Order: sequence, then structure tokens, then C-alpha cells
Amino acid sequence: MPPVAEHALAVRADFPIFERGAGEPGSKPLIYLDSGATSQKPRQVIEALTRHLAEHNANVHRGVYPLAQEADEAFEAARGAIASFTGAEPRTTIFTKNATEAINLVARSWGGANLGPGDAVLITQMEHHANLVPWQQLCRERGAELRWLEVDEHGEISLAQLDAELERGDVKLLAVAHVSNVLGTINPVAEMAARARAAGALTLIDGAQAVPQMPVDVERIGADFYVWTGHKAVGPTGIGVLHGRRSLLEEMEPFLTGGDMIASVSMQETTWNELPFKFEAGTPPIAEAVGLAAAVRYLDGIGMDRVREHERALTELMLARLAEVPGVRVVGPPAGRERGALASFTVEGMHPHDIAELLGREGVCVRAGHHCAQPLMRCLGVAATARASLGVYNEESDVEALAQALVKGREVFGL
Amino acid sequence: MSDDLYRDYILEHYKRPKNFGELDPHDLEGVEHNPLCGDELGVHIRVADGRIEDLRFHGHGCAISQAAASIASEELKGMPLSEVGKLDADWMIDLLGIPVSATRRKCALLNLKVVRGAVTGENDWPS
Repeated sequence: MPPVAEHALAVRADFPIFERGAGEPGSKPLIYLDSGATSQKPRQVIEALTRHLAEHNANVHRGVYPLAQEADEAFEAARGAIASFTGAEPRTTIFTKNATEAINLVARSWGGANLGPGDAVLITQMEHHANLVPWQQLCRERGAELRWLEVDEHGEISLAQLDAELERGDVKLLAVAHVSNVLGTINPVAEMAARARAAGALTLIDGAQAVPQMPVDVERIGADFYVWTGHKAVGPTGIGVLHGRRSLLEEMEPFLTGGDMIASVSMQETTWNELPFKFEAGTPPIAEAVGLAAAVRYLDGIGMDRVREHERALTELMLARLAEVPGVRVVGPPAGRERGALASFTVEGMHPHDIAELLGREGVCVRAGHHCAQPLMRCLGVAATARASLGVYNEESDVEALAQALVKGREVFGL
Repeated sequence: MSDDLYRDYILEHYKRPKNFGELDPHDLEGVEHNPLCGDELGVHIRVADGRIEDLRFHGHGCAISQAAASIASEELKGMPLSEVGKLDADWMIDLLGIPVSATRRKCALLNLKVVRGAVTGENDWPS
């Protein structure tokens, strides 16, 4: 048996949501296995958010009274903490609404000016719609070509195919998920970015699933753009992060325009503010940034290496338990291969929605559907899967509850 | 085992749905997706004397959506086309006879959306 206990984090008590049950008062315990959709929040984050709103709230930038200065300081201190968590500079760490907006920012601001007929954007078959649709739209509008790397039977992409695509000489940008939200595949993003760079292409990494579960250093990865989102990393909703290469960000035109992102405005003309503010039009997510800073401090306090070890061990256990349930088929990298903290699966004779419904009755929260990755689903030959994804607060008992609820669900279906 | 939602007749319809397959030739057809899961349900309809003479559903879905299509197919056969457009969500939910939660409502209504679309060209979700 994998050494789950050895890597136990024992942090569940930090998460107030587990004080409630799965449904009505008195119902079964909450077995939360949907962290890939959004994570639960520790008390430290909730308190930082409310403390900011209760004690330091004012709009940022240009306020000269003491309270406004406090808000400024809190906001920029948050940016510093968030940037350093992923090995980035505050100046090139831009706050957006979510990872999707961060990708759209790059697609519009960089792609709109640098992509044209004869150029290609290269993605993979495992991309979340967030890292597919913006490129699809951009390529359509700019007359560029969208190509993709295929996913093999282990849920992995081939570096040989990457080389072959890059050799064609027309790829301007490679956009790839760090960790697949469906398969759990961990892509070799540093290697991919290096090969893209050697071929003269930029790289954007969608780190929405990676940052919450493993140490991420954007400098070491060497991507030109790295995006992630707060709410999957025990932070609040409403804040995403874009780390970009400074020289590129300096060159790019703003994505959204309006207040706060300007240096000076006349009725005819506007000059842009410096980085990162050029890309932060309007009032930014101030309290959310403070909350996210508390989240990364919390994760840092545990240590991302320990988070990774914990989730690796628990994922192994989950794969072993799922393999014992008749009719279950897990997609993605097989047990023993490096993979992220989730398992997408089907149960023969049961639709994923029915699986999720029946698990829900046992207090077990999983997601069912296409997970915003319809092209990947078609490639796997399934319409949908059920997905159990882990967070820092999950324990061995959660995985046992999943397996037991699946057995019970099969009984309801007469299987 | 008795279950409120997954009653024996629902599972029976799910495992052995009635009127599933293709119908060729057919006069009307439609296909719709459940945005929740990407499930696809299509229908072929043969018309005679202004009525649905015969129909077949095809595609895949959860127990609720498959059972709903199967159960509805029996009622729809012989129904005047003019009445199909008037069928609403309550008709389907009552016919299904189980408590359908808000999140599963579209599963139950997908077949009616497909059939109404094929007959009237109207693509709204039944309300």
C-alpha cells in the first residue's frame, strides 16, 4: 500500500467547510473530491479577506489619505507574495479575473499584433476550453492556423510530434496545460518551452491545475507566459494571475482599457501606465489579492514539496482503490506513472452524471461531464467522465469513502 | 433496492430504451446537446396525416435522459404535430414520475427539446 500516512498533512481542521455536512444539517460528512474545479478555503484566507475588508478597505492608487495608503500597501505586498510564490517578479505579475482572462489577454494583446496568415498556434488535444477557444478565435480572425499535439493511450503527448510541428517553422506560440484537468497528465513544460524557444516560438503555460499541487517556478520553466487562478489554490474566486516575460509585456498593447491603466489621457490620446498596471484596467481585485496572498503563505507554510508528496501518495491509493471496483476504467497515465492529483473514470453501465448523483448522496462530491475539454473526450472515446480530484485537506478516509460509494452506486443500478 | 430517483422502471427504460435507433426514411430530424455533459440526443420522425407516425431516438446520455426519451417516445407516437409544439416541461416531468432536481432538469427535458425542435423549429428549452 502506498505510504499515505507518512505524507499526511493533517490540515483539515484549518478548513471550516468541513464543520458542515454534505447536505442538510445532520447529513453525512462532506467528502470533497472536486478541488480540480475549486478548492476549499482555510480559515487563514477567510480571515485575511474579512480583516482587509473590515479594517483596510479603500481603493488603490492615487488615494493620499492614510487608509488609502494602507490599501495600496496591502495590495502591492500581496502582489509581491504571490509573485515570489511562483518565482516571478511583481512587476511582471498581472492580476486578472481568472486564468481564462489571462489567456485571453495574451491572445488579444500579443496575438492580435503578432499573428497573421502563414503563422500557426500550437496547442494540445488535452487543453481545457480556456486554452483552446481563445486561440481558435484568434486564429480565425487573423487568418492563422491552429494545430495540436495528439494525446496517446497513456494520456501523454509526444515530444517527437512537438519537434515535427516546430520544424515546420511557422509556429509562433505553443500553448499547453502544465497539468491536465481531465487526465492528470503532467506535461514536461520546461522541456517543451526550451524546444519552442529554440524554434523561435513563444510558450504559454496554463498552470491552473499545477500551482495548487506542486512547486512551480516560472523562471525555471522558462515559459514566456504562465497563467493560473487563485480559487483553485485555496484562494478566493475573482483573481487570476498572468506572469509574463517583461520585454513582451512592455511591447504589448493593453487588453482592456479604462481607468488605472493610463499614464495620461487627453480627449484624443492616451499613454499607458507602466507594468503591471498597464494590464489592470479599472479597480483591480484588491481584497482577492490580499486573500490570495494569504493562500500562498498558507501553502508555503505547509511546503509545496510536502503538498506534492501527499497528493502523489493519495492519488496512488485512489487509483488502487478504483481499480478494485468492477467496471471502473480510469483514463490518463496508468498507476506508477507521474500524474497529478485526480482520477477521471467511467463505470460500465452507468453514466457519469448518475455516478455523481449517487456519490453525492453518500456525501462524496465529484464532478461529472466533459470538464470543459470536449475535443479530448472525443479522442478518449467517451462523452463524459466522473472526476475525483484532491486537495491538501483530503485524507485516506475520503478515498475509502469514494470507493465504498461507488460500490453502493453500482448496486442501485443492479450492477 | 428501492430508490426515489432510480426507480425500477427508470432503470429498465435506461437499460432497454424503447424506440431507439435510426428510422429511414424519415420526414423530420433533430439533434441537441446537453451543455452540462456534452451528451447528444437525436431524433428521426416519420409523419403521416399530420401526426407522428413513428419515431426513433439515437445518441447517449444518463439514466434520466435516456429513460425520459424512452418513456416520451411511447406518448409521442400518434400525436398530432400541432400538439407537439404545446408540450411543456411539466408534461415531461409528470410523465417521468420522479423528483427531478434543478441540476438534472435538462437531462429530463433534452428529448422534448429535440422533438419540439424537429417539429416546430423552435430551439428553446421547454419551460
